[in-house]
Amino acid sequence: MRLIDIAEADAHEETRRIMQICNACRYCEGFCAVFPAMERRRTFTEGDTAYLANLCHNCGACYHACQYAPPHEFGVNVPQTLSERRVETYADYAWPPVMSQAFQKNGFLTTLIVSLVLGLCVAGMLILISPHLFWGIHLGEGAFYTLVPHTVMAGIPLIISAFVLVSFVMGWRGYWHHTGAKWGGMASLLDAMSASANLRNLGGNNAGTNEGCPGPDDRPANARKYYHHLTFYGFMLCFASTSTGTIYHYLLGREAPYGYFSLPVLLGTVGGVILCIGTAGLWYEKQRMDERVKSLKTLGMDYAFIGILFAVSFTGLLLLGVRETSFMGLTLAIHLGFVYGFFLILPFSKFVHGIYRFAALLADANERKQS
Amino acid sequence: MYTENKTSFPDLSETAWDIIVIGAGNAGICAAITAAEAGCSVLVIEAAPKDMRGGNTRHTRNLRAMHDEPTDILTDAYSFEEYFDDLMRVTKGVTNKELAELTLRKSSDLTGWLTDRGVRFQPALSGTLNLGRTNAFFLGGGRALLNSLCHHAEKIGIIISYQTPVTELIIEDGFCTAVKLENGQSVSAKNVITTAGGFEANLDWLAEGWGDSAKNFLVRGTPYNKGIILRSLLDGGAQSVGELDQCHAVAIDARAPKYDGGIASRIDGVPFSMVVNKHAERFYDEGEDFWPKRYAIWGRLVAGQPDQIAYSLLDSTGVDRFMPSVFTPIIDDTIEGLADKLGLDPVATRKAVDDFNAACPDGPIDQSILDNKATSGLSPEKTNWAAPIANPPFYGFPLRPGITFTYMGVEVNDRAQILMQDGKPMANLFASGEIMAGNILGQGYLAGIGMTIGAVFGLIAGAEAARTLNSTAQENKQ
Repeated sequence: MRLIDIAEADAHEETRRIMQICNACRYCEGFCAVFPAMERRRTFTEGDTAYLANLCHNCGACYHACQYAPPHEFGVNVPQTLSERRVETYADYAWPPVMSQAFQKNGFLTTLIVSLVLGLCVAGMLILISPHLFWGIHLGEGAFYTLVPHTVMAGIPLIISAFVLVSFVMGWRGYWHHTGAKWGGMASLLDAMSASANLRNLGGNNAGTNEGCPGPDDRPANARKYYHHLTFYGFMLCFASTSTGTIYHYLLGREAPYGYFSLPVLLGTVGGVILCIGTAGLWYEKQRMDERVKSLKTLGMDYAFIGILFAVSFTGLLLLGVRETSFMGLTLAIHLGFVYGFFLILPFSKFVHGIYRFAALLADANERKQS
Repeated sequence: MYTENKTSFPDLSETAWDIIVIGAGNAGICAAITAAEAGCSVLVIEAAPKDMRGGNTRHTRNLRAMHDEPTDILTDAYSFEEYFDDLMRVTKGVTNKELAELTLRKSSDLTGWLTDRGVRFQPALSGTLNLGRTNAFFLGGGRALLNSLCHHAEKIGIIISYQTPVTELIIEDGFCTAVKLENGQSVSAKNVITTAGGFEANLDWLAEGWGDSAKNFLVRGTPYNKGIILRSLLDGGAQSVGELDQCHAVAIDARAPKYDGGIASRIDGVPFSMVVNKHAERFYDEGEDFWPKRYAIWGRLVAGQPDQIAYSLLDSTGVDRFMPSVFTPIIDDTIEGLADKLGLDPVATRKAVDDFNAACPDGPIDQSILDNKATSGLSPEKTNWAAPIANPPFYGFPLRPGITFTYMGVEVNDRAQILMQDGKPMANLFASGEIMAGNILGQGYLAGIGMTIGAVFGLIAGAEAARTLNSTAQENKQ
């Protein structure tokens, strides 16, 4: 007789079923924040499973250690189930709500949207810009803007960013209310920021010894964490590059392209290179990750986001390389296409994992302080 | 039983192995690594598929280790004397004192030895069982420990063959000439180390000690420990040790799987409940002592009741006093309704609860101490934490005896050699783990000592098996 049914229900129900087993076992409590957070509860509402799912970094340590993992009849698979629950929460909190659908076939959809934007950008520039300009060689300050006026080039992302920002805020609000998270003051904020910055939950041990979490098999490895660091910090450097570029433009009155050793280009080059390495590494680690640990339902979303991020940084570097040749126009069109597309899909892509992970870490920091 | 696609494996019988280890649990892999580090070629044979390997090691969480001062994984100190006293208390002296002393003394080196071979421990816990002083906890539990040890074993050249059940050991005058495998092959080695566990998953064998009641037992432990190797050794002239009916048995949820339920099947609510048998009669003091000191006797207590079943009854105040269980308790707003759902007689249950409630003292209980809030006028009394079952809804957990492992095994000496009935060691047979734990653990249980015995005797068996080969090689050279 089977008393704990593996429901074909939604991921919340499966998470609840599994957490009830885990909470009676607790062998994994030394691995990461998820299990101590689970132990602070006896029952698991939808808000609780949403919180735990977003606290999980999907490393798989608990799967390989689990005495109840398949083929055991309890069929416990925490990392895979929480991955599936996470995507449910992305859909639940998506804003505008109609965009919940975007998390159904996310890999396909985000790729489609970015391709459309890319096509539009390249085609638009090819049509609107006269060929001798488009294929011409432009040197010195303002070279980019001979092709696309600065107001257009910067205006488009500005409008998109405003929308993205509203979407993030609404998503955060949805998450915060649904999970019943509580604000724990500055100490919690600093704690959550440090957990985000050093990914201590991918250290493999709550004691902070940092051997790492399972790599392709059950042995601890730190590769995935380091690739994520490269991706995150590379992205931040690129963001800093854009910001300093804006300062140059408006405050110093200097127009791009800037010299190879100028601050915006240095930040962007270093950021772009390590972002490329980071995303390529994350892709590599993802595809060789144990099949039983990753969720096949979310792989499309994962790969699409990593791929687009790689394309953004790679075409940025390419543009730097060819900006003094006749391929500048085409490369600029492709780069802008990826950048605009990337910004547009941001609230409906894997990017939101950062928002909800941070919210979960913030709530966790407060809970730990209280308990 | 679990199955998985078996990858093709070279014919094991073609190789002349120095040492064969039967069983890939903690005891077996510790023995295999020690022997391989001494230069021996080692084959490990495991009945289960890889994901289910290692017998009950998968269900363990810690080992009990002597230490004179705090370490990063153990708090305070746990002296030899205190450890020895604890062991004497639980076994009531039914132990081989020489082997017990050896085990306890060598336990202080285990965490270092394991850490050097890739095992990770978690820092001292402040958890519910408060074992951080005496027990070292494996990060992630026994399966994680085994993952690390098996990686290390394979790295140093040990071959581990999964899904390779043994049917029989061929033993002639105390010498194992061959190990017969279920797949028809026959393998042999100069020395054989048996670490294949007890016979807890063999209900027929359990019935020899327990009678018909064994059919109602649940097996918390691995389904693979059917006692085939133990039977073979005893048939081959090994001296048995321990009683047939001695085992680690706790009261677990009657709804747990027949096999392999492990830790999560346990029920921690007994001290805060009243426990009745199928006739709605109480039969033992639920509040005798703290649960960690009492859980291991409740398997036997329930086994002694008619149909080997009991019911733990609580109210809404009591149910929050202990760790949640895998199985949702059975709930009803009335005692009669709960009794009906549990299959108890409602009238008799109502009366039992009323009698119990009337005998309870006033005032709240304090579960952090032995609070002496005892019933008066009951037989048996509940001597601590007696609180009426009065606040609906009411909760019930059905209980069954859950056997983790059996104690009867083969007698060994301090070199882990299996002894014959005439007291002489068998020529090339060694043992470690559950299969010989009864030498030290005649009855009772001390949390984490099973893993300590397995690891200590694993190291001894591996070293001794290697040493006899090396000294033979020396003699041959001379």
